[in-house]
Amino acid sequence: MSTLKVKIWRGEEDGEFQSFEVPARENQTILDVVTEVQRQQEPGLSYRFACRVGVCGSCAMTVNGKPRWTCRTHINAVAKDGEITIEPLRNMPVIKDLTCDMTDFFQKWQKAGGTFKGTVTRKDKVVTIPPSSPKRQKADAGIECINCAVCYAACDTVNWDSEYLGPAALNRAWTLVNDERVGNQKEVLDKAIGDNGCSSCHSQGNCTASCPVGLSPSQSIHGLKRMSLLSFLGTEV
Amino acid sequence: MARSNKAARNHTSYWASIGHRLSGLALAAFIPVHFYVLSLAANDTGALDGFLALADQPLFKIGEWGLVVLLVIHMSFGIRVLILEFLPWRHGKDGRTNLVWVGCIAALIIGVYFLVRAV
Amino acid sequence: MDRMLFVLQRLTALLLLPLIIGHLIVILYAVKGGLTSAEILARTQGSLWWGLFYGLFVVAVAIHAPIGLRNILKEWTPLSRVASGWLSLAFGLVLLWLGARAIQGVVL
Repeated sequence: MSTLKVKIWRGEEDGEFQSFEVPARENQTILDVVTEVQRQQEPGLSYRFACRVGVCGSCAMTVNGKPRWTCRTHINAVAKDGEITIEPLRNMPVIKDLTCDMTDFFQKWQKAGGTFKGTVTRKDKVVTIPPSSPKRQKADAGIECINCAVCYAACDTVNWDSEYLGPAALNRAWTLVNDERVGNQKEVLDKAIGDNGCSSCHSQGNCTASCPVGLSPSQSIHGLKRMSLLSFLGTEV
Repeated sequence: MARSNKAARNHTSYWASIGHRLSGLALAAFIPVHFYVLSLAANDTGALDGFLALADQPLFKIGEWGLVVLLVIHMSFGIRVLILEFLPWRHGKDGRTNLVWVGCIAALIIGVYFLVRAV
Repeated sequence: MDRMLFVLQRLTALLLLPLIIGHLIVILYAVKGGLTSAEILARTQGSLWWGLFYGLFVVAVAIHAPIGLRNILKEWTPLSRVASGWLSLAFGLVLLWLGARAIQGVVL
């Protein structure tokens, strides 16, 4: 049986790569490989996963220079000459091996106004919102995000400016300012277009090119930029 | 530890943003010199003519050609950014990357025309 | 602050578009046969329209370029947000000063 050469990051920020060899199998994801290494060769290897089927968003890592869901990445899609390099996600501090500290990433969601604040209570009647309404369609386009931080890790602007809120938080803000059930849309918009918000984006599009769900944080951020300019000029948006 | 992001930035929009930034930086470095040289005309046209004669050398012409090309690149990449930011997107992957190539071709054509006129 | 700079940079970009196209046309026209101060001054000296054109150009550039420089300093150098802002403001003032002197030399 042929083998795969796998380089895996070990330790914290000042760690180093450790090389492993695992059997190359017909059907194998990156997560399978990491699991095989941990079960058969290095029990001390730390990594995160939960669902293994692309629902939970916890197994993202940097694979051959690109952030990916390891559970949905087939070996054949990335292995160059049978070699794979696996690192923790970028733009977040490493805790150990392949796990990183996502505190800042989640706090930025709050900074961008990401908490849902409705206008009605459970005693009120449910408001009907036609799925075909333009605003709902804009919100729907970004709503499937599961907070995996792949876009955040892929974004060079986050890498260059650690204060930048990043694509995931701004995409969330965009869905809220288009959601008619949200009561504090002005507040969310002010945060998203304020300091370190959408103005910091340089339209590089790494986020959209990397999103495993096929969402477009770029489109959401540019929607916010458009609102920022038009509202500045006094046009109702 | 600097983690690799090489594969994630291997696409046209990314390189367009880098090109836009570097061309802007080069222009920003040149403009103060440009202004200073023109200000020589205020009381010393001799100094200005001395500089213009110097600028007639081939090496300077190549520099001027570079600045014209950078100006066209920066402007056309900027037009793309303005379109992305202020016109509605047709779909989620609407990066208008075709405009990057249009900008490069425009810079090439205007650059060649500049050389033809200058020589 | 970020938002105001964002809007200012985009609005000056829109203003710069026709100015750059005009500038490029003049460059391509004037470069033939080499440049002399007499040729430049004959075109520009005492002209209200060239004065307005270049005056607007200088102001737009002095706003547009420092905002981009601020981003570069903030993201590509160890300078803080605040330091990048002040340094870029200083660069903008230098541009405005040198630009005003250039117009004084070429138009007045």
